[in-house]
Formats: sequence, C-alpha cells, structure tokens
Amino acid sequence: MQRGIPAVAAALGMALVLSACSGGTTPETESPKPTTSESEAPEVSGKLTVWVDETRINDFKDVVAKFKADRGVEVEVVQKASGDIRTEFVQQVPTGEGPDVIIGANDWIGEFVTNGVVAPIELGDKAAQFSAGSINAFSYEGKSYGVPYAVESIGLVRNNALAKETPATFDELIAQGKELKSEFPVLIQQGDQGDAYHLYPLQTSFGSFVFKQDEAGNYTDELALGGAQGEAWAKYLAKLGKEGILDASIGGDQAKEAFSAGKSAYMVTGPWYASEFVKEGMDISILPIPSAGGEESRPFAGYQGAYISAKSQNALLANDFVVNYLSTEEAADQIYASGGRIPALTASAAKITDEIAKGWADAAANGLPQPGSAAMGVVWGFWGAAQLDIASGKAADPVKAWETMVKNIEDGIKKG
Amino acid sequence: MSISRGAAEHDSGAGTGTKAPIVDASPARNFRPGFVAKIILMACINAFGLYGLLAAWSTGTWGVFAGLVIALIAANYVYFSRRAIPGKYLYPGLLFLFTYQLFTMAYTGYVAFTNYGDGHNSDKGDAIEQILSYNESRVEGSAAYPVTVVKDGDGNLGFAIVQDGVAKVGTAEKPLEEASGAQIEGNSVKGVEGFTVLPFAQIVENQQEITNLRVPFSDNAEDGSLRTQDAMNAYQFRSTLEFDKATDTMTDTATGDVYTANGETGFFTNADGKNLTPGWRVSVGFDNFTYMFTDSRVSGPFFSILTWTFAFAFLSVATTFALGLFFALVFNDPRVRGRKFYRAILILPYAFPGFLSALVWKGMLNERFGFVNEVLLGGNGVQWLSDPWIAKFSILMVNLWLGFPYMFLITTGALQSLPGDVMESAKMDGASPWRVLRSIILPLLMISTAPLLISSFAFNFNNFSLIYMLTGGGPNFTGSPLLIGSTDILISMVYSVAFESGVKQYGLASAVSILIFIMVGVISWLGFRQTRKLEEY
Repeated sequence: MQRGIPAVAAALGMALVLSACSGGTTPETESPKPTTSESEAPEVSGKLTVWVDETRINDFKDVVAKFKADRGVEVEVVQKASGDIRTEFVQQVPTGEGPDVIIGANDWIGEFVTNGVVAPIELGDKAAQFSAGSINAFSYEGKSYGVPYAVESIGLVRNNALAKETPATFDELIAQGKELKSEFPVLIQQGDQGDAYHLYPLQTSFGSFVFKQDEAGNYTDELALGGAQGEAWAKYLAKLGKEGILDASIGGDQAKEAFSAGKSAYMVTGPWYASEFVKEGMDISILPIPSAGGEESRPFAGYQGAYISAKSQNALLANDFVVNYLSTEEAADQIYASGGRIPALTASAAKITDEIAKGWADAAANGLPQPGSAAMGVVWGFWGAAQLDIASGKAADPVKAWETMVKNIEDGIKKG
Repeated sequence: MSISRGAAEHDSGAGTGTKAPIVDASPARNFRPGFVAKIILMACINAFGLYGLLAAWSTGTWGVFAGLVIALIAANYVYFSRRAIPGKYLYPGLLFLFTYQLFTMAYTGYVAFTNYGDGHNSDKGDAIEQILSYNESRVEGSAAYPVTVVKDGDGNLGFAIVQDGVAKVGTAEKPLEEASGAQIEGNSVKGVEGFTVLPFAQIVENQQEITNLRVPFSDNAEDGSLRTQDAMNAYQFRSTLEFDKATDTMTDTATGDVYTANGETGFFTNADGKNLTPGWRVSVGFDNFTYMFTDSRVSGPFFSILTWTFAFAFLSVATTFALGLFFALVFNDPRVRGRKFYRAILILPYAFPGFLSALVWKGMLNERFGFVNEVLLGGNGVQWLSDPWIAKFSILMVNLWLGFPYMFLITTGALQSLPGDVMESAKMDGASPWRVLRSIILPLLMISTAPLLISSFAFNFNNFSLIYMLTGGGPNFTGSPLLIGSTDILISMVYSVAFESGVKQYGLASAVSILIFIMVGVISWLGFRQTRKLEEY
C-alpha cells in the first residue's frame, strides 16, 4: 500500500492535467476533425459545429435537426454560456479550435471584425427578403458578415388591469400614472451602472442619437450624442430623476417584480420580461413608447443572426447553412415557432397573428439597429453612468455633465 | 531545482529507512497485491497519456504534445525504476507545479510584453489573410451565377457558369472561356466536355479548396475573379488591396495608397497614419508596465485606488481578526453553555460561497427595496452602495460578516493548543484575565496565526469577487475618463480598464497583474520576516 498512494495521486494528477490541457485548447469533441473530411469514403461529408448560448439555443434546436435531415450533414450544436461565448470565440478562432458558425447578436460584429475572426458573407439577391435594418445591422464598413434571423427591441408594456388608454406623450403618461396612485407611474430599469439601452427611445424623441448614420443607414464613427438635442435630453433626464421615475435602486429584477405585483401600470421593457408576465397570466398590451421630446421615439433594435468563423474548415457547409438555409421562409418559420423571436425575414414576419408578438414586431420595425462598432463598448459605460449621475442629482448641472460625458467618450474612442 | 533536490534527499532518507526490507525483493519472485495495483494504475496513466498524445497530435498542438511526452516518460521512469524512490513522492507535486503555476506565470509574463487584445488578436499571417478577405468584395451590380463545380482531366478544380446564355468554364490558371459541348439546363451547366461535374459529397470533401478557388473572369486582371462560398452561387469579386511579400506592404489598387507593415504597432499603416484592421500581436517592451504611471488620466485614480486597496485589505484583516478572536475567546471558556451550537452557527457565513453572499447583501442593501432600509430602518433611504464613503463602509461590513468565521476557526484552534500550564501559572501568580490575554495568550497566538493573517491580507488585497459582486467598483468617480469608482481595488480596476472600458487589452491586464503580484509578494515577504522575529522571543 505504501506504493499505492503516490500512484493513485499520479493517476489523478494525469487525469486532471489532461482535462486541463484539453479544456484550455477546447477539445477535439467540439471541433470538427479535419481528417474526416479528407478521408476517401465518398459518403463522409464533413461536420458542422455551431456555437450558441443558452438564451438562443431554443431558437435553433429544431431548425438544426431539420437541416440535418434535409441535407444529410452532421451538425453539432454546442451550448456555451452567454457570458463567455463571445470572448471565447474571439480567443479560439485564431488557434483554429473555434466553431464553424456562431449564433449571436448584431452588436458583436465590431469586435469580431476588428479581431479578424469572422468571414465576409455574400448574401446576393437574398438580401432583399430581409428587413432593411437587419441587413444594415450585420454590415460593417459596407460589408456583410452575418445573416439575421430575428429582431428584438423594447416597447411599452401596459398592464390592462390598471390602465386602458395610453396618452400620446411621455409627460401625460407620467401624469396618468400618478393619477392611478400606483406606487410607480412608469418603470424604467436602471441599476447602479445606469442603463442607456432602456432610455434610448426617450432620448431619440429629442432628436439625439448615438452615432451619425449615412444615407444607406450605416452608422459612421462620428459621435452624435452632443449638441442642443443632447442637452435638452440631459435636462429632461434631471426632471425624470426629480420626479422619481429614474432610480439606481430599480434594476431589471426590481422593475419586473414591481410590475408583476401591479405596482405600476407601465414598464419599458422587452419580450424577455413580457413573456414572463404573460406566463403569470397578466393581461398586457405592447405599445410604442410615447414621445417625450416631440419627435418619434425609436428604441434600439437588436438583431440575432449567424456568423461564420474566418477559420472554418467547413466554410462551404457553413455558408450553405447560414446563407442558403437560414434565409428560407421554412427555416424562419421554424425558428419563430421554436423560440418566439420576431423573424427578420419579411415574409415570415408578415404571417404573425399573435397580438403581443405583433406589438413587438411593430416596436422593432421602428427601431434603429444597435450599433456594433468596437467603439460602442466605450460608449455604453460612460453613457449609462452619466445619465444616472444626472438623474440622481449627483451631477448638479445636467448640461455640463452631458458635455463631460461626450468628451470622455470621444477621448475613449480616439484611444481605442 | 535546489529546493526540490533538498526535499528529495530528505525524502529518500525517510523512504529507504522504512522500505529497506523489500528493496531486494524482485516482483517476479514476490508477487504482491501492491504490485498488481501499481501495474494497473500505471497502465491507466499510460492509456490516458497516449489518448492525450493522439488528441494533441490530431489538433496539432505541439507544445502540449511535447509536454505530455516528457511527463509520460518521467512517470514511467520514476515509478518503475528502483533508483527514483524520492521521485515517486515528488513527481505528482512537480507535475502540478509545472502545469498550474509555472506555465501560467510564464504565459502571463509573455503576454505582458505584447499588445495582445482587441485588434491584435492573432499572428501576422492571419491578419494578412483577413485584411485581404475583408477587402475583396463583389463587383457592384454584377450578377449572381448558379455555379457548377467541375474537375478537368489533370484534377484541377474549376467553375462552370452560364453567362448571357453561353456556358463558360475556367480554372485557377485558365480564365473563363466559352465551353464547347456543354449541356445547359435552365441557367446552370450540367456537363462540360473534358470536365467531370463534382457530386455533392466530393464538393464537401474539397470545400477548403473550392472556397479558396478564384477563377479569373477574363484575361484582364481588372475584371476580378469568380468565387463561391457555398458551391451553389458564384459572384464576380474584385480585391481592392494587393499584398507584396517582398516589401511587406499592402497597396490599395483604387487610390494607390501604400500601407507598410509596422512591426512596432502591429498594423499596416499608410502615410497618413491610417491603419488596416485587423492588426497582429507584437512585442511592445515595457509599455504596458509604465502605462499606469505615465498616462495622467490613469495615474491619478490609480494612486487613490492604491490607497484604498491597502486600507481595505488592512481593515478587513484587522476587523475580522478582532471579531473572530473575541468570539473564539468567549466560546473557549468552558463556562459558556451550548458552545458547540454557537460555534456551528458562527461558522455558517463561511459555509456559503462568497460571491453568493455578496449578491444577497447587494440585494439587502438596495436603497429602496433592500431589507436593511425597508424593514430594519423603516424606509430610511440610507445610500448604502451609492455614497462613496458609506459604500466603503458597507464593503468592510460585508467582508467582516464573510471573513470573521475563518478567523474564529483559526484562533479557536490556536487557543486550544496553548499550553494550559502557562495559563495556570499566570493565574497562580495573580495575573488579571486582561493581563493573561495581553501578555500570554496574544503573543503565543500570534506565532501560529501571523502567517495566516499575512495570507489573509494577500487574499483581501485581491478580493475581486466581493467588490465586483457588491458594488462593481461604484459609485463611479463623476466625470472620470475611466469607468472606475471609489470602491474599486487594484484588481477590479485592472478588470475595468482591461475589459470593461470597451476595448480588451490582455497585455495591459497581464502587466498590471504582475505589478500587483510583486506588491503582494514584497508585503508578504516583509510580513514573514516580521513573524520570524516573533518566534524568536
């Protein structure tokens, strides 16, 4: 037995070391073996590896099964954690260990392209079948890098048990909410780092946008947050803060709970929470967000889509799946049926009959693509933090705080 | 290596001493169960190792391959040779040391001297390939051609398309030209004389070659080439950049701009300073190390965060130790009833995962909905997490809650091992309880707990999860050019600068981690020197 103990330890050690090695380089189980496609048997036809995170895997399970059956191609769907999938993809592709296809949001595009990890895609004439915004959303400097399949945005969710009619402006909405004597006139989640995403519809209603857009609808690098419109919005933010609408202590969870408990008639949120309200049996409607500054309020539209790895060993199959298969009406219908996200394919979106889904489709139709440039990473943090500072009254002068924010973001972008 | 050799000699002495009677017994003559177990275990290890070797071979990770070969040979030598008895004990530890410590440290050190991060993600070859691919685009207004992949008699792959009703075929060497004797069906080619049409299975087999195949559109290079990404539709592509390997430059064919490879920045840059993305990883020397001190926008917050980091680590250790010691003393007194029950209760905070507790505390300290404000303080809006000073206080309080059970455990253990006779004689001499505590218990306690206090200091110095989960470093410095706040400690600042400011900078993050490592190292070294003095008296 004296010899046994170190030997057991060594065996354990080897096992651990092995698993550590394979974990670090992402193991052979996840990547297609190049040897299989080079073998001589004619029936062997390569294997496609698709990475998808837990928030999107429901969309894809059925459609992948159908693709397998239709094309007779082996497809492996690997579920990744939503917090890591993006970073892991960027790190793994250069080593040749990444997947062939990754499913994700359109605003990942900047990071992917600047790191050279995705391949350009030629949609050809299929582009016309998608909503114009969705194609722009997956373009970077005029080139396409992904195929959209769904769109999401935020809207105004109304609890029909508390309110039946919704006024046309945001100020009137607040007044109505106060009359209802519910605890909150309207819920907009913030949290301790701020949340520019949920405030953007109100900001756009002041004519203040994040980046300038060219005629084709593509974002340019020029920051558009400053100017008189931005300052008007900053002042309105301070007003919202004073009225108690914006509060750092109301994060997503708190807002959701308050709305579920009937503490507010309205909540600015997206389908992810609304679907839970429906499950709870609440009677809700999805409405466009009323304008606060006089112009149309436009939320960010987040598009979901598929990217192809720049180092895919199965580029042909990947293109077949992403470009040819996902763009068919049949596949889009299937994805909508499994996941419930509004299809980016116009023909499929037109077929929606569900009232709530229609509400979301309308909300998204009005949306602006969420910018995907790498600079956006700099923008989010400063943007949310400054808006929160203004609303909480920590920044005494809203206009000055807004100017500082714009300067910080510009510096940050220059440095990046 | 000197350390391991010393240990080895020590071990071998002990080993030969106990094993002397069986050294001469050959397994063949003395077939014991232990030997069978060893053979089985070694077989398992070798099987695992071979599996690992095959896996490393198939993915071409030669570093792992070489490491495994060495590890396997060493394992077999150590456990089958009779000369390597100390090695049998050392081998597993050394293996873990190499994989988990030395490799990580060496790699962090290497990354610290590069600009690895967003925009510099891979090597130069990959960057060139991607730049070329990103700058090759479909000729505007050109048609889509349903394509047929064909192979000529020599095995060269080619494309066949129908253009204006005429079948055309070409390969990489031969530009598209009218094909004689082609069968056209609709707008695609079904067969060409002198070529065989590739079936789907073969197309998939040759997909790398097919997606990389460029068939010149005509003799004129300006016309670009025909490419396909899915072997169904082909388009006319034209590249706007040309790479010249000899001069290491990219030339924009439209504007004539020349982008030269810059080995210092890791970019192709033209005369106006415009870069082509992506870039590649290059060595940047000590830039990452000096950045924190030379960039004025960072150095200011850096020093205030440095101060808070020391204050946080010191106060955390001091408060948790004081409270832990207090409870330990109280519950060490045999007069307290139900001591076991209280001790078990006190250990509870230690039993929860730290980050989970931090999250729960974050919820409880929420200004408007939190349990503390809502229930305990009757709706009083204390800004537990959003006022710079109160947030610091909250962090220390939560860390006290998280940390005192550990101190309670170790001081209880140390107290129970104190010699009873010393204490008794002190009492006989008429020392007051306070005097016993100050002059006998504490000095004796410090000998065994001081090293643990130092390690606790080092742990709190890098207590990322608490800060990240509880406040996220906030409240942020208003108007600061970096997203850092008044409760950030060094390690969370590194995270914020390197990852959350939008552009990932692994090189910078590694460099600052090394700086932190040096700081913690120096403090620990000073601390341990101090402890040795304690032992002496």
